[in-house]
Amino acid sequence: MSRDSRDAALETSRRRLLAVATGGAAAGLLGMSVRGAETDPTRVQGRLPSALGQRSGFEMVERTPAFGVVSLTPLESLYGTITPADLHFERHHAGIPEIDPQSHELLLHGLVERPLSWSVAALKRYPSVTRTCFIECSGNYFPTAGELSPPHLVCGLTSQSEWTGVPLATLLREAGVRSGGSWVLAEGSDAAVMSRSIPLEKCLDDALVVYAQNGEAIRPAQGYPIRLLLPGWEGNTNVKWLRRLEVTDGPSMARDETSKYTEPMRDGYIRQFSFEIEARSIITHPACPAVIEPGWQEIRGLAWSGRGRISRVEVSSDGGKRWQDARLQGPVLPKAHTRFGLPWKWDGQATELLSRATDETGYVQPTLKTILKERGPGSGPYHFNPIVGWRVLRDGELRFNPTG
Amino acid sequence: MTTPLSRLQYVFLTALLPALLCAISLTAAELFAAPQDTVPEGYGLGRPADPEAIARIDIDVMPDGRGLPEGKGTAREGQIIYEAACAHCHGSEGRDGPNGSLAGVPQYAVTELADDRSLKRTVGNYWPYATTLFDYLRRAMPFDKPGSLSNDELYAVTAYVLHLNGLVDELATLGAGTLPLIDMPARERFQPASEAREQP
Repeated sequence: MSRDSRDAALETSRRRLLAVATGGAAAGLLGMSVRGAETDPTRVQGRLPSALGQRSGFEMVERTPAFGVVSLTPLESLYGTITPADLHFERHHAGIPEIDPQSHELLLHGLVERPLSWSVAALKRYPSVTRTCFIECSGNYFPTAGELSPPHLVCGLTSQSEWTGVPLATLLREAGVRSGGSWVLAEGSDAAVMSRSIPLEKCLDDALVVYAQNGEAIRPAQGYPIRLLLPGWEGNTNVKWLRRLEVTDGPSMARDETSKYTEPMRDGYIRQFSFEIEARSIITHPACPAVIEPGWQEIRGLAWSGRGRISRVEVSSDGGKRWQDARLQGPVLPKAHTRFGLPWKWDGQATELLSRATDETGYVQPTLKTILKERGPGSGPYHFNPIVGWRVLRDGELRFNPTG
Repeated sequence: MTTPLSRLQYVFLTALLPALLCAISLTAAELFAAPQDTVPEGYGLGRPADPEAIARIDIDVMPDGRGLPEGKGTAREGQIIYEAACAHCHGSEGRDGPNGSLAGVPQYAVTELADDRSLKRTVGNYWPYATTLFDYLRRAMPFDKPGSLSNDELYAVTAYVLHLNGLVDELATLGAGTLPLIDMPARERFQPASEAREQP
């Protein structure tokens, strides 16, 4: 084929594509159902490549804003372990600030040899670390719709991402921690100028200052342009919109580590600095509001622990009389959502599904009864991680059941 | 049976052999060393922070009072500011507001807090340090205009909220010297999880 005839052929096919595209647009303008008119996708050219992808029009997946201050991840609609960034739960104390990364700075000062300030671009020049872990709000048990609560209402304030950033230990080494430095105050640039005190040990262990989430810049609701990431620690300590780190000789006793995010205990003390997220699990399918049919299906769900890897998830399909080990989908990462599954043949009878997680430290997810007995009914809402499940009705409907 | 070392052998073993080994190990270290600059002592990517820039945003207050600014105020002065800027969220006299009660609960034992879900956690029965109140007000309040109160106004509102909880006199002047000295009833009840008995 000569160059001219090849060009002519290309031009013809380009015109055909344009004609299809305009035809589709015209049909849309005339109010015709494009989907109905083109039921056979093998008989019509598909949509052209675009600058930004979008979900299928057949899929409707959204977060649920609730209580005016949070937005819940739709756990029951997701697969695998990564939460799409636009479905990551939201919890902020004074809204989402709009921050220009060109002018944002991170200050590190206090008990250091060299107080330093970094631009976001400078932080990106350091050797980077990428790791996958969950972030869970420490107050994450609000089944406010009672037995009609779906998984997102039970514990939708947990999400998982692949985060990328610079180890905080690298930045602390640059500044040189002076003797006597034992805590680091982390402070955000939101309208609450939210702050938390973090033990230096954690900062030198696995803390990161992250700028990317699932391969792109962090979403504004997640701390754009930079946030603190403390793998396995309660969400509130993962300070978003990070602007300042101060090495100190003790905790500052900020509002969110005294009057909030603490637990009154039955034996007369208030538990403070309960940073680690305890092991937890939830069956995400079958779960309210799904309706199931008799026969084989997979009971599946998520388990996680802020203290390390999930070592075991047991599932009961008879209300806790017998427990079976579920299969854990590898690789099982430390401080990460872990997907579990167990094939199950429903016989059409009423029953009850439950899941119970154990982590590599040997900690076993407690029952609600144990939590209430040990801590007291008024000790919530933080670090509330009871075994929960679903009652299966004879018609296949599911009802939330926290009394396992 | 051992034979005495010759003078030459002695010199070799005590002086020349260590020197030789040293030279060999130096060569080995050079051979196996990482290429220069991959892990430097410092990257030099941060800029030295200017003390004035630090002072502008270094707003935290420590429980012993470090970080408290100059200024003073009384509960009586604070009441006027509170009613204008705070009462619509926190209620008159810190009670029954839609966004968090600040006062009005007697200083119950924490055992009752854990047992009774209806008991509110207020400044008087739950906050362990008075300095936290100033720190938080300066950061985040009033909710609809954060950062708008002067230091004198912040001390006055702090004094008023403490007064509503029966912790300071209406006419007592609060400032950097006096705020950290206020005895908060809940303080002795706080215990770090790392020192506490393991509980679910």
